Amino acid sequence: MDAILLQILNGLDKGSAYALIALGLTLIFGTLGVVNFAHGALFMIGAFCAVTLSRILTLSHTVIDETQKDFLGNPLKVEVPYIYDIFGQTTGDAIIDWAVPLSILFAIPVMVGIGFAMERGLIKHFYKRPHADQILVTFGLAIVLQEIIKYFYGANPIPTPAPDAFRGSFDFGAMLGFDPNTIIYPYWRLVYFAFAAVIIGAVFAFLQFTTFGMVVRAGMADRETVGLLGINIDKRFTIMFGIAAAVAGLAGVMYTPINSPNYHMGMDFLVLSFVVVVVGGMGSLSGAVLAGFLLGILESFASMAIVLETLPGINQIIIYLVAIIILLTRPRGLMGRKGVMEE
Amino acid sequence: MSKSNFTRRGLIKTGAVAGAAGLTLPTYLRADGHSGFTNAPTGDTVTLGFNVPQSGPYADEGADELRAYELAVEHLNGTGADNGMLETFSSKSLQGNGILGKKVEYVTGDTQTKSDAARASARSMIEKDGAVMITGGSSSGVAVAVQALCQEAGVIFMAGLTHSNDTTGKDRKANGFRHFFNSYMSGAALAPVLEANYGSDRKAYHLTADYNWGYTTEEAVKSSTEAMGWETVNTVLTPLTQTDFSSYIAPVLQSGADVLVLNHYGGNMVNSLTNAVQFGLRDKQVNGKNFEIVVPLYSRLMAKGAGANVKGIFGSTNWHWSLQDEGSKAFVQSFGTKYGFPPSQAAHTCYVQALLYADAVERAGSFNPCAVVEALEDFEFDGMGNGPTLYRGEDHQCFKDVLVVKGKENPTSEFDLLEIVEVTPVEQVTYAPDHPQFAGGNMGTCNPGA
Amino acid sequence: MFGLTKRDTTLLLVVAVLTIFAPFILNPFPEGSAMAQFNAGYPDLMQRLVIFGIFAIGFNILFGLTGYLSFGHAAFLGVGSYAAIWMMKLLTMNVIPAIMISVLVAGLFSLLVGWISLRRSGIYFSILTLAFAQMSYSLAYSVLTPITGGETGLQPKVNDPRILDAALTEGQNPRANLFGLEMGTSYEMAVGGWIFTFNAGYYIAAIVMLLAFYLSIRIFRSPFGMMLRAVKSNQQRLNYTGLNAKPYTLAAFVISGMYAGLAGGLLVAMDTQVGAERMFWTASGEVVLMTILGGAGTLIGPVLGAGFIKYMENIVSKINKTVLEQWFAFMPDGIEDFFITIVYPFVGKGWHLTLGLLFMMVVIFLPGGLVQGGQKVAGLFKRKKPVDDKPDGKTTPAE
Repeated sequence: MDAILLQILNGLDKGSAYALIALGLTLIFGTLGVVNFAHGALFMIGAFCAVTLSRILTLSHTVIDETQKDFLGNPLKVEVPYIYDIFGQTTGDAIIDWAVPLSILFAIPVMVGIGFAMERGLIKHFYKRPHADQILVTFGLAIVLQEIIKYFYGANPIPTPAPDAFRGSFDFGAMLGFDPNTIIYPYWRLVYFAFAAVIIGAVFAFLQFTTFGMVVRAGMADRETVGLLGINIDKRFTIMFGIAAAVAGLAGVMYTPINSPNYHMGMDFLVLSFVVVVVGGMGSLSGAVLAGFLLGILESFASMAIVLETLPGINQIIIYLVAIIILLTRPRGLMGRKGVMEE
Repeated sequence: MSKSNFTRRGLIKTGAVAGAAGLTLPTYLRADGHSGFTNAPTGDTVTLGFNVPQSGPYADEGADELRAYELAVEHLNGTGADNGMLETFSSKSLQGNGILGKKVEYVTGDTQTKSDAARASARSMIEKDGAVMITGGSSSGVAVAVQALCQEAGVIFMAGLTHSNDTTGKDRKANGFRHFFNSYMSGAALAPVLEANYGSDRKAYHLTADYNWGYTTEEAVKSSTEAMGWETVNTVLTPLTQTDFSSYIAPVLQSGADVLVLNHYGGNMVNSLTNAVQFGLRDKQVNGKNFEIVVPLYSRLMAKGAGANVKGIFGSTNWHWSLQDEGSKAFVQSFGTKYGFPPSQAAHTCYVQALLYADAVERAGSFNPCAVVEALEDFEFDGMGNGPTLYRGEDHQCFKDVLVVKGKENPTSEFDLLEIVEVTPVEQVTYAPDHPQFAGGNMGTCNPGA
Repeated sequence: MFGLTKRDTTLLLVVAVLTIFAPFILNPFPEGSAMAQFNAGYPDLMQRLVIFGIFAIGFNILFGLTGYLSFGHAAFLGVGSYAAIWMMKLLTMNVIPAIMISVLVAGLFSLLVGWISLRRSGIYFSILTLAFAQMSYSLAYSVLTPITGGETGLQPKVNDPRILDAALTEGQNPRANLFGLEMGTSYEMAVGGWIFTFNAGYYIAAIVMLLAFYLSIRIFRSPFGMMLRAVKSNQQRLNYTGLNAKPYTLAAFVISGMYAGLAGGLLVAMDTQVGAERMFWTASGEVVLMTILGGAGTLIGPVLGAGFIKYMENIVSKINKTVLEQWFAFMPDGIEDFFITIVYPFVGKGWHLTLGLLFMMVVIFLPGGLVQGGQKVAGLFKRKKPVDDKPDGKTTPAE
C-alpha cells in the first residue's frame, strides 16, 4: 500500500513535468497548426536561463590566497563574487542560494522575447507549408539552438541546486500513519508539482475567462471566420506563441534543481512530449495534461522492482506500449477533436 | 602547392609523374606492398587517428581526450614546452624526434558515442587518411566496435576510456589494448575500503544501468561485497535513456537496505546521484546505521555535474591529478601549463596510450601491428602515474594500482572534487585471464592487414 | 528503354553514370592539397552514400507517394541488420544470404508494424511507428542483449559456427565476401596527384542501389503508384469511389520496410557489425530529414538528401584546428587567426551546427528541397521555365 502511494506521488510529480511541456506544444499546435520540433529546445533554454542567472550572480574577481596552492603549485586564486562587495557575504550568499526561483523573473521576459522572435522571424512563414517542412525547419532550429548552448556552456551537466530551505524531504508516511521513512518526498519536487498546477491553471483560466482567450479559442476552431470578422488573429497568435515559449521555459527553470541541465535535455524530452500530446489528442489542452499525468504514473509503476521481476524490461517500453494501446482504442487520443491532423 | 603531406597519399603525389596512370594494388584497404601491413608509413611522417566523442553527452570528455593527444603529439615530436611523461617513463626509447624518426601527424574524428558513427569515422581515418593506429573513445560500446574494426583492418587500437569487462573479456582482440581499468578491478578495490568504513554487516540495493557495462559492474561489485559479508537486498535495472530516477530511488528506503550502489555512468550517474541526495537518503538512519551511497566508477568531469552531491561518496577511478608520483606530476604540470586546468582520467589514459604505442613501435623498430603487439605484450613499465604496470599478454589489459576516491568535503576549486582515500595495490585487483567475469573471449592472432 | 519513358530513362542513365564514376567525382582534389579534406571518394563513405540512398528511396515510396510520415523506419533497418549479422555468424560470410534474409525479416516486421499502425493516419500514425521503433531500440539495448549484443553490438567472431564456410585458418579473420570476393577489396589508380579508389563492396552496393532506384521509378509510374498518390491527395474521395486504400498503403509500407531492411543488410555486408543505436529515434528522424531535404515525392531527391547528410557527417566533422591552420596559412597572421576563429565553431565538433543551419536554409529558400534547387539552376541556364515534371511533387491535400 505505502509502495503504491509512493509511486502515485512520484507519477504525479513526473507527470507535472510532462504536462507542462506538452501543454505548450499542444497550445502551439492548436492555435497555429504548427508542429514545433524546437519546443524541447525552448525547455532547455529555460533551464539555461537559470544557469545564466546564477553565473551572473556569481561573476567574480580573483583574489590571490598565498596560504593555499593550486594544482600547479602556484598560489591559489580564490574567486570572490562581486555580489559580496555589494551586499556583504551573508546577503550575497542568500541571493546566490535563491538563484533558481529568482530566475523565474529573469526567464519570463527572455522566453517571451524568444517566442516572439521565433514566431515573427520564422514560424509565421510556415503556417501554410506542409507539416513535413515545419518539422524540418523547427528541427534544424532545435539543433542550432542546442549547439549554441553547447558552444557556450559545454556538454556536461551543470549543477544548479535548489535553495537550502527546500533541501531534504518531507515524510508523508509519518503523517498518514505509516512507518517513518516509508513515504518520503523531496520538498523541491513538491514545489515543482504545485508550480505546475498553478501554471496549468493559469493558462486554462486565461483561455477560458478572458476576451483574448475567447478569441484565440475561436481562432483555434475556425481561423478563417475569425479573420473575416475583422479580428487581427495573427497578432494574438504571436502572443500565444510567446506564452507557450514562456511555459516551456518556466518548466525548464524549475526543473534545474531536479536534474542538472545539459544542452541536449530538450531532445531527451522532445519525443516523450510528442507522445504525451498525441496520446492526449492533438490540439487538446486538457488531453495533454491528462496524458502527462497518466503516463507519469504508469511509468512510475513500471519501475517498481516487483513489476520488473514479473515483466523484465517493461520500464523500457511502458510509455510506448500505452501510447499504442490508447491510439488503437481511441482513434484521436484521449480527448482529440475529429479532423485534426488526420489527413 | 601542398605544404604538408597530410595524408599518406601526399607521398604518392611526390613520387608519381603528373599524367602517368598506373599503380594498381589489389589489396585489402591498400597496404603498402613493400612493408606488408596496412597503411605502412613510407614518407617522413606517420599518421595517428584520434577518434573521440565530439558531439553528444560525452563531448566534454572527448575534448579533454583530444587535448591529451595533442599534448602527446607535441611531446613525441619534441615540440612541446616540456617533455611530460617522457622524462619519467621507465622505457627510454622515445627521443622526442617523432616515432622511428618520423614526425607524428594526426587526424581527428567524432564517434558521437555511437558504434556506427565511431566505425565510420575510424574507417575514414584508415581508408582516407592512412592512419596506422586508432585510439580514443568514451564508452565500451564504441571501444568494442572500433576494436573489432581495427582487428579486421589490421591496425592497432589503443582503447580510451572503456570500463566494461567485455573490452578485454569476451570481446578481446589481438590488435586491441586497454590501459584503463575495468569493472572487476573497481569491485575488488572498493570492497575493502567499504568494509573498513561501513562495516561488514550491510544491506546493499543496486540500481544498474540496463546495458552491458552496467551488468558487468553490478556483477563485480556484488560479488566482491558479498564476499566480505554484505547482503544484496535487490538489484533494479534502469533504462539508459532515463533522466529522472525518482521512481527508482523512492522505494529504496522501504526495502530495508542501508547502502545504495549506483552502477551508472555519465549523465545517468549525475542524475541518479542528484536524485538520491535530493530524497535525503544520506540523512537517514536505517538498521541503526547511516544510510550510504556508493558510485563504483567516478569521473571527475561528471562528478562536477553532480555538484555538492558527491561529497563523502566513495567510488573508484583510474587516475587523479592529485597523485604525487613523478609521472603524474610531470603530466599535470605540462597539461596544466598548456590548458590552464588539470587533466581528467580520460585525458590521462589517452595520453599514456599514445606514448605506450609510440614506445612499442620504437622498441619493435617497426610500425607493423604484429611487431607492436609483440612489444606491448607482457611489457612492464613505470613512471606513467599508476605505479609499476604490466600489459598482460593473455588479454591485453593493463594491471596497475587502482584509486579509491571520495567526494571532497571542502573543495578549494572547481577541479578539486575528489580526494584519494586509498591506492589499492595491483596484486589486489589482479585476476586470472579466464576468470568467469571475462570468459568466452577469443583474442585471435594479430592481424597486420595486407 | 527498360519499360521507362524517355525522361525516366535519361534520369536512370544519369544516376547510373554518376554512381559508376563516383570514385572520380567524389575525389575532385589532388592528394596532399589543402582541399583534399573534402574528398569523399574512399570506400566507407561511398558505400554509406549509396546504402543510405537506398534507405531514403524506400522511405520515399511510402512518404512521397502516400504522405504517410513514418517515424520508425530505422527499426526496419536495424532488424534487417541483426538478421544479416546472425546469418553471417551462423551460416556463411557470403553476403547473399545475409542480404536476402535481412530483406525478408524486415519485410515481415514491417508487415506487422504496418498492419497495426495503418489503422490510424496523420500524426497518430507517425507516433505509432515511432513507438514501435523506440520499443525495438530499448529492448535491443537492454533485455534482448543475449540476441542483440546490447551496448557492444554484434560482430562476426572467429569462433562462430558458420556451418557453410570452411574453417578459418589460424590468424584469419572472418570477412564478408561475395563468393570469395571480399567487400574490402580495392583497386587504386593514381593519376597525377589524384588517387581514385575502386572498391568491390561499393560497386556491389551501387548495383543494388541502381536496381532499387529502377524499381522505385517503376513503382512511381505504375497504376499502383497512381493509387498511392490518390491516397495522398484525398483518401476520403477514394473511399467514396468504393476502393479500400488500406491494402495499397500497407503494400507501400512493406515495400519501404523491405528497402530499409535491404539497406540494413548491405550496411552489415560492408561493415560487419550492428549496434542498437541504429534504431534510435534520431536514426528514424534522419531518413525523414534526408527525404524532405532532397525533395519528398521526387525520384532523385531522397538520394541527394541522403548523400548530403552523410557527407556532412563524415567530412565536416573531421575538420579540426590543424586543418584550418593549413587552409588559412597563406594569410597574414592576424587575419588567419580571425578566419580560424570565425570558421572553427562550424566545423569539427561544431558540424551539427552547420547541419542545422543548412536544414533551415534549404527549407526556407528551397521549399521543394535540393531537387528544386537543381531545377532553379537548370532553369537559369535554359532561360525558360523548367518543365513541371513533378506530378508527384508536393500537393497540399484537399480537406
